[in-house]
Amino acid sequence: MAEKKATRAAYGEALAALGEQHPELVVLDADLSGATMTKSFAAKFPERFFDCGIAECNMTGIAAGMAAAGLKPFSNSFAIFSAGRAYEQIRNSIAYPRLNVKVVGSHGGVSVGEDGATHQCIEDFALMRAIPGMTVVCPCDANEMRLAVEALLEYDGPAYLRLGRAPVETVTDAVDGYRFELGKGCTLRDGSDVSLIATGITVQLALQAAALLEAEGIWARVIDMHTIKPLDEALVLKAARETGCIVTTEEHSVIGGLGGAVAEFLSLECPVPVVRHGVEDVFGRSGKAAEVLAYFGFTPEALAEKAKLAIQKKNH
Amino acid sequence: MTNLELEALARRARLLILEGIYTAQSGHPGGSLSCVDALTTLYFDEMRLDPAKPRDPERDRFVLSKGHCAPALYAVLALRGFFPEEDMRLLRSIKAHLSGHPDMTHVPGVDMSTGSLGQGISAAVGMALAAKTQGKDYRTYAICGDGEMDEGQVWEAAMAAAKWKLDNLCLLVDVNGLQIDGSTEKVMPTAPLDEKFAAFRWHVIHAEGHDFAQLRAALSEARATKAQPSVILLRTVKGKGVSFMENDAGWHGKAPNEAQYLAAVAELTGKEAENNG
Repeated sequence: MAEKKATRAAYGEALAALGEQHPELVVLDADLSGATMTKSFAAKFPERFFDCGIAECNMTGIAAGMAAAGLKPFSNSFAIFSAGRAYEQIRNSIAYPRLNVKVVGSHGGVSVGEDGATHQCIEDFALMRAIPGMTVVCPCDANEMRLAVEALLEYDGPAYLRLGRAPVETVTDAVDGYRFELGKGCTLRDGSDVSLIATGITVQLALQAAALLEAEGIWARVIDMHTIKPLDEALVLKAARETGCIVTTEEHSVIGGLGGAVAEFLSLECPVPVVRHGVEDVFGRSGKAAEVLAYFGFTPEALAEKAKLAIQKKNH
Repeated sequence: MTNLELEALARRARLLILEGIYTAQSGHPGGSLSCVDALTTLYFDEMRLDPAKPRDPERDRFVLSKGHCAPALYAVLALRGFFPEEDMRLLRSIKAHLSGHPDMTHVPGVDMSTGSLGQGISAAVGMALAAKTQGKDYRTYAICGDGEMDEGQVWEAAMAAAKWKLDNLCLLVDVNGLQIDGSTEKVMPTAPLDEKFAAFRWHVIHAEGHDFAQLRAALSEARATKAQPSVILLRTVKGKGVSFMENDAGWHGKAPNEAQYLAAVAELTGKEAENNG
């Protein structure tokens, strides 16, 4: 059985591990260091950890000022607060001056579970993606998260990183030839009938759906699109040309996220059917994470059905 | 630098502000004229900086949190030698670098992009905190408007600055008593600012915002204050120096027409002639 770990846990470990060799790395949090997992960094490097209290807008501005002074801040809260509440601070104080701040949104999507709709951010990709020059990243597992944090620390510019609350199986370490590069998706499984383009927690889901489809003689390609912006257009175009239809899947609204990015791009370059799998323009709800995910159709079976729909549209 | 020299520079800055806004037929004269004396004092008397090295890591920082008063900042930066004074005629022009609100990526000498009220003060806190973290001795200054005090983020930043005892941070509040919709008292009462900042554990200093001796003394007192951030509450006049603009919220974001511009220039240069004579 592969390692099962939440991406937020891997994130916290990565920060603490990288602190030593990166003295310019500073970490800000808004009274959620236990949940965002920045507490290990805080314990190890207390002089470079800044708890800003429950004041995300100010935290975002402080991070901007620190970046302007040459530090490399990672600014943390739940996605709904870091990307949602402080949206305009990110836009005007970080992205517009192109400051080197990494905005981190933990507890993205509906797998937050019990806390319910107020805390289940399903709009962060859309919000962050719409900001000029913003990089948007959502790693799928612990291995990819570690690599993403390293890459983001090296990358000089504004970026948004989404973390998940729920433990997920590590899948990328078992893939031959897997390597992480910002802005480059990774084909985890080849296929010729349909391409499933996934990000974050839905990567594992897509792999499971591909296995179900295989049993029915359908060959689904699975692409791990950890970087939603800039989109790996070459990889998307190749998938569209070679498989003739696409399903995007994301723990996000079907509006404006990965599905939006892929559909916007393909509508001009290669207008094949694109089925967008995600939260259908409704708010989340309380429940156990697994129950909530199932409620919103984040199951291998439901995703496999979307794949069949895409193939049907292609052949129509 | 003497108070008289500062006064002369501020008068030249006022002329540049008006020239820029008149040429653009767009911009914010009222608040620019109320904070320009403080800006002149900061850039010519207080701050450690070198116009030849606008990105020097050791320089003092300045954040114009009330970013719409960019013409005042640009005018003072131009006079200080960061870019040619003639650039002021390209204020807000698509052809040039002097955007409507300060843009650190294009304007030499601008330390932080601002314009959305309440945000600059947080960035200034971040700069001051960065200095403490890196063991650097540069100071950070910011100017907010009194209308800007409506923004909750200002008070979040005020709490944070006190938490980290940022004695390397000095905020100046341009208390001209007016905001777009009218008097601050009517739109959203912010008084008593002194008691509020004191309650937030800041060192509070009062100064006449158009009196250079008081401005210098206040900045000096802030520099001497340890273990807490300082705020200088500046009593100012919106539109200061142009009699028909003074204390009139109507001049918050309106450009003068030709007759008004010429009258303003005559008033400012007349005073200059008088002083020189």
